[in-house]
Amino acid sequence: MAARYDRAITVFSPDGHLFQVEYAQEAVKKGSTAVGIRGKDIVVLGVEKKSVAKLQEERTVRKICALDDHVCMAFAGLTADARIVINRARVECQSHRLTVEDPVTVEYITRHIATLKQRYTQSNGRRPFGISALIVGFDSDGTPRLYQTDPSGTYHAWKANAIGRSAKTVREFLEKNYTEESIATDNEAIKLAIKALLEVVQSGGKNIELAVIRRNQSLKLLESKEIETLVTEIEKEKEEEAEKKKQKKST
Amino acid sequence: MKCYRLFIPYSRWRDAHPIVHSQKYHRRRRVCRLISKTLSKMALSSVLQSESADFSFNNDRSFSFGCRFGQTDLGFGAAPGDRLNFAIKASLGPDDKDGPERKIEFLHGTTTLAFKFQHGVIVAVDSRATAGAYIASQTVKKVIEINPYLLGTMAGGAADCSFWERLLARQCRVYELRNKERISVAAASKLLANMVYQYKGMGLSMGTMVCGWDKRGPGLYYVDSEGNRVCGDLFAVGSGSMYAYGVVDSGLRQDLSVEEACELGRRAIYQATYRDAYSGGQVNLYHVHSEGWTRVSQEDVLKLHHQYQEPKK
Repeated sequence: MAARYDRAITVFSPDGHLFQVEYAQEAVKKGSTAVGIRGKDIVVLGVEKKSVAKLQEERTVRKICALDDHVCMAFAGLTADARIVINRARVECQSHRLTVEDPVTVEYITRHIATLKQRYTQSNGRRPFGISALIVGFDSDGTPRLYQTDPSGTYHAWKANAIGRSAKTVREFLEKNYTEESIATDNEAIKLAIKALLEVVQSGGKNIELAVIRRNQSLKLLESKEIETLVTEIEKEKEEEAEKKKQKKST
Repeated sequence: MKCYRLFIPYSRWRDAHPIVHSQKYHRRRRVCRLISKTLSKMALSSVLQSESADFSFNNDRSFSFGCRFGQTDLGFGAAPGDRLNFAIKASLGPDDKDGPERKIEFLHGTTTLAFKFQHGVIVAVDSRATAGAYIASQTVKKVIEINPYLLGTMAGGAADCSFWERLLARQCRVYELRNKERISVAAASKLLANMVYQYKGMGLSMGTMVCGWDKRGPGLYYVDSEGNRVCGDLFAVGSGSMYAYGVVDSGLRQDLSVEEACELGRRAIYQATYRDAYSGGQVNLYHVHSEGWTRVSQEDVLKLHHQYQEPKK
């Protein structure tokens, strides 16, 4: 008779897997890399920018989006799905401001996004969202936060994380290099993010997009010139390190 | 009706069930019109106006379908003590419109008062409930303890106030559990205001002050069933509010001590009960501070009268 929704797309397999959710996670692994780092007074998001076609306007291809003045997110996976999630999150940030007369905490908006994603793994006729998100920001009491969500609807807090293509390599790099001194100053935290991305991005600084939020300030996208300067700094430091090692070996 | 069981506004149910609504609605109207005609023929209006109990009459008619929109509140001959309204009931006249259409006019026969000062919020209320010229009760609790750090006062319909504030308590608790921190007074009053706004125009009568202490300091909001929600430093609600305002306005300073502020609140309510016929009983006093609220005192107005008038002699 009338078109009713079929049985759910996301059903359990005999050995307890939700295959649709796992396939969605595979889709995420095909997306371009994004990395997030939580410093002391700054939170940094970096994404690998896919090379833009000649005739394409560069500024319409944005993978880092502000959800509110004090929260922003980067994603890896299906861009169209991400657009929907970001829209809903932006509306929720404002609704929260209206009903509670306070800005959202990063945990609250992450929980909202994760609940939204979970709902799509448990209703009929719909497929899960194919994105993982890194949500960063400052709470009203000044604490920096970084959360990651995935297509299954779970979320966790992280000190530093990476999603997308070669996320594993980047995460291993971060595990080795994320120390108290590496995030001591804002600049150091930004450089750490760039270093992490350079591990997996070909052709250097041109393909990196970086954004930072400082306490009590809104999202700031770094210009390509600034990124270039930082990249050259990093390369210089690398050379110096290599020189020192050579000298040690020779002596 | 089904919409009441589902706790949704009639208008939303009606829009969702157009055909059913139309049949049921018109049948209901026909029946109610019939009943009002019969009742007014039996001179019910005089019975209601005199507010005398007439249980036998009530038992004869069995209102199985519960045409409830305006008529239950008017309490067909129920003993006035049962119905704790701070209100004078609107009288049924033979030329009134049908039951479901009738608007209930409540008068807020009470005095409730709340003001902020440097050490928190003082909440003072009287405890009299009237049904016309009859004093139904002298010992009504007009302060509702929403949770250990939020208080709500009652003015208007007792059932409306206590029901919605208990619902608010439930919402506040869920917020606390979900977000792992206490709800702010602004958010709590906003939740209450939004809840009753959905029923605007349907006859709710509630004028309450939400008082508490949160991370922004002392909080005081006035919320009513018309949809008003106002933040302020001082509110008095009810028929005796003018008398209370006079006393508090002349005595309020930001640097009052706790005892001075309590005494000011007590005096304000006492003066209101002295002049307003619909306020009296006892003065219930609460103090909201950073740790939560404390019940300061409950004193009979007559005792206060002797206390205040003694020095004059």
